Amino acid sequence: MSEPYEPVIVGFLCNWCSYRAADLAGTARIKYAPNMRAIRVMCSGRVDPQFVLKALREGADGVMIAGCHPGECHYVDGNIKTLRRFTLLKQLLRQWGVEDERVQLVWASASEGNLLAAAVDRMTEQLRPLGPLRWKETVLGRNGHGEFIPVEEVPAVEEV
Amino acid sequence: MSEERVGVYVCHCGTNIAGTVDVEDVAKWAGSQENVICSRDYKFMCSSLGQELIEQDIKEQGLTRIVVAACSPHMHEKTFRGATERGGLNPFLFEMANIREHNSWATNDKAAATQKAKALVKGAVERVVHHTPLEPLPVEINPNTLVLGGGIAGISAALELANAGYHVYMVEREPSIGGHMAQLDKTFPTLDCSACILTPKMVEVGQHPNITLWSWSEVENVSGYIGNFTVNVRKKARYVNEELCTGCGICEEKCPRKVIDEVFEAGLSYRKAVYRPFPQAVPKYPVLDPANCTYFERGKCKACQILCPTGAIDFEQQDELITIQVGNIILATGYDLFDSRRIPQYGYGRLANVFTGLEFERLVNAAGPTGGKIVLRDGVTQPESVAIVHCVGSRDKHYNEYCSKVCCMYSLKFAHLVHERLPNAEVYNFYIDMRTPGKGYEEFYHRLLHEGAHFIRGRVAEVTDAARLPGEEGKLIVQAEDTLIGKQRRIPVDMVILSSGIEARQDSKEVSHLFGMGCDFDGFFVERHPKLDPVATMTEGVFIAGACQGPKDIPDSVAQGAAASARVAGLISRGTIMMEPVRAHIEAEACSGCRICNNMCPYNAIVFHEDSKVSEVITALCQGCGTCVAACPSAAITGAHFTNEQVLSEIEGLLWDVSEQLAVSA
Repeated sequence: MSEPYEPVIVGFLCNWCSYRAADLAGTARIKYAPNMRAIRVMCSGRVDPQFVLKALREGADGVMIAGCHPGECHYVDGNIKTLRRFTLLKQLLRQWGVEDERVQLVWASASEGNLLAAAVDRMTEQLRPLGPLRWKETVLGRNGHGEFIPVEEVPAVEEV
Repeated sequence: MSEERVGVYVCHCGTNIAGTVDVEDVAKWAGSQENVICSRDYKFMCSSLGQELIEQDIKEQGLTRIVVAACSPHMHEKTFRGATERGGLNPFLFEMANIREHNSWATNDKAAATQKAKALVKGAVERVVHHTPLEPLPVEINPNTLVLGGGIAGISAALELANAGYHVYMVEREPSIGGHMAQLDKTFPTLDCSACILTPKMVEVGQHPNITLWSWSEVENVSGYIGNFTVNVRKKARYVNEELCTGCGICEEKCPRKVIDEVFEAGLSYRKAVYRPFPQAVPKYPVLDPANCTYFERGKCKACQILCPTGAIDFEQQDELITIQVGNIILATGYDLFDSRRIPQYGYGRLANVFTGLEFERLVNAAGPTGGKIVLRDGVTQPESVAIVHCVGSRDKHYNEYCSKVCCMYSLKFAHLVHERLPNAEVYNFYIDMRTPGKGYEEFYHRLLHEGAHFIRGRVAEVTDAARLPGEEGKLIVQAEDTLIGKQRRIPVDMVILSSGIEARQDSKEVSHLFGMGCDFDGFFVERHPKLDPVATMTEGVFIAGACQGPKDIPDSVAQGAAASARVAGLISRGTIMMEPVRAHIEAEACSGCRICNNMCPYNAIVFHEDSKVSEVITALCQGCGTCVAACPSAAITGAHFTNEQVLSEIEGLLWDVSEQLAVSA
């Protein structure tokens, strides 16, 4: 086990800020971890929580949602709605035992290629020691058939 | 398995992609994937030969979907949609995989880059089979335009459009148009008299048959979208009947009430309760200020009404609400001057002879309160020495980090004007850096150096009247570190001018919300692209000009005003525009009428029908963000070109390799 684990991250990048930030990072030849695979959405507000769950279920080790900075949303305040949904989604994932680092929300404006690249690097580093998510075991239950977890083993919900 | 026949084209982009990604391997692998009928790699897909490949394959191999793995869709999506269309397919049956900006340029790891390229291609292939043909939405453009703000930027925009034959509604908050430029004495670097070059333009606006000018008016509400905005304007009561008023000025002359003029004269002089801010005001009709009018206060006086030769004074006048239809909007709302009181150590408002830049403009203006004489606050004493403090409120983390762009130049102009009017006076400029980029600006700086103005490099620490050394008594002492010699200096002077910076309007946030667009952290309106599209905003049909977008001098404001009007004129002359069909749609049968989506929409594009208890998206208002789609608990809303099916399939495709591993391990 000398090779570090290479996590796969699905990134949902908004068309106006963070997708362009990723474009800029490339144009500026900023080198960062090749672990994120991006999906373009018009606004981070389009990121339906089921997209995140789908990605995790399909084998992604982490999901990054990236949007414009609060107050700079191309669609006035779509990113604020994303933030609200994200908070709820995190509560849910925590109860399922999915580590906090696996789903992250990042703000990056179109001029912040370096910031987005750094966020991908950081997230990759955070996910490496966690290893694969193992959705079936973690979320669905020990053998993938949704066994009940004894109450004392249910992780405590922290304050958001 | 879908029946779609997909063509995949992997671009080398010279060595830009091929240098890092094994493009041949990706293309070969893609050819073996489900639904993929043909797969090629090519040197430059965007070249005409590359595009012809696509067109040819569509015709010869009966392709129904196209995937190009190349650069960012922001670069060439349009190009390849064109090729797809020329091949005979709907342009939206195309998808792009970004393997350059997001991949080959971002890593040196060839194996990882190739693996990622495959994932991105697979994602695009899985997505594209779910694409549906879409038609762009035609929208008609109303040829009328609203210009908000009658400063030089707004005037420039309005005149260009009006002269092109299009009707313009100009709405100005103050009693007269002219903006800040009307308050200035001279303009740098040519020292043209500001009023002399501005007032002819103002008169032209006032008299232009294609311009409807409403001053003393504000926009209350805006609804609609590009081509079809409905704007509600509140024309505040002037208490002067514009049809009868001849602008003779007798009312103003006879009004017994004097009020400090905080706006136009920057608090240095008085105006009457019924007034025009300055003699060349356009429109010529005065405004009666009820808060200070003796009649409104005590119920008697009416001097103006009694003496008006045409009986134009109307104390019963009410605000008028006007609704107009316009196709485009140009915002030219200007700026506010930084409030120098916020820097208490500079003494403005506490030390009498500390002036702001705008006060000094009025002081040197021949039409100003002193008739152009430079005097201290007592109104008689001429200063023998003047300090000009640059960067007040600008380039300072505590206030505004940005450079206000005009202060260096107007400080130089002040220095010149002091030399001109008071040849024996000494002028000290305290600057951080001299910033004089502009035609003839650096030359003007050199001219001032020759005129003998003193330049001290260092931010002023304090302006005080506490004398410590001989020669400082009764003076204002400016303390600063002279960073060129590395010493603290105390310069005693008679007058201090603070070169206050430019700030966004106090209400710019509300205005930006009113027009459904964004403003940045400093409150300036955000342009569509900082370099390539500095006049458009992210809201179609709303353009910006002048200092509302960021600090700007007069030539830049004029240029941006004209540029905005050129953009509008282009839209008007085209008559209709095609909009991206990325829009939401609600399936009425599936809608539960919960109304969650109604509040999600930032554009109020979703209406709820009380009779049928379902919501509906007004397609023309929808901007396609998809926030409502994600929020709908009944999955009744579809976001065209970003449907759940498309995105979920893309996720599956992106994770083809790990998904398989998972299948194996499970």
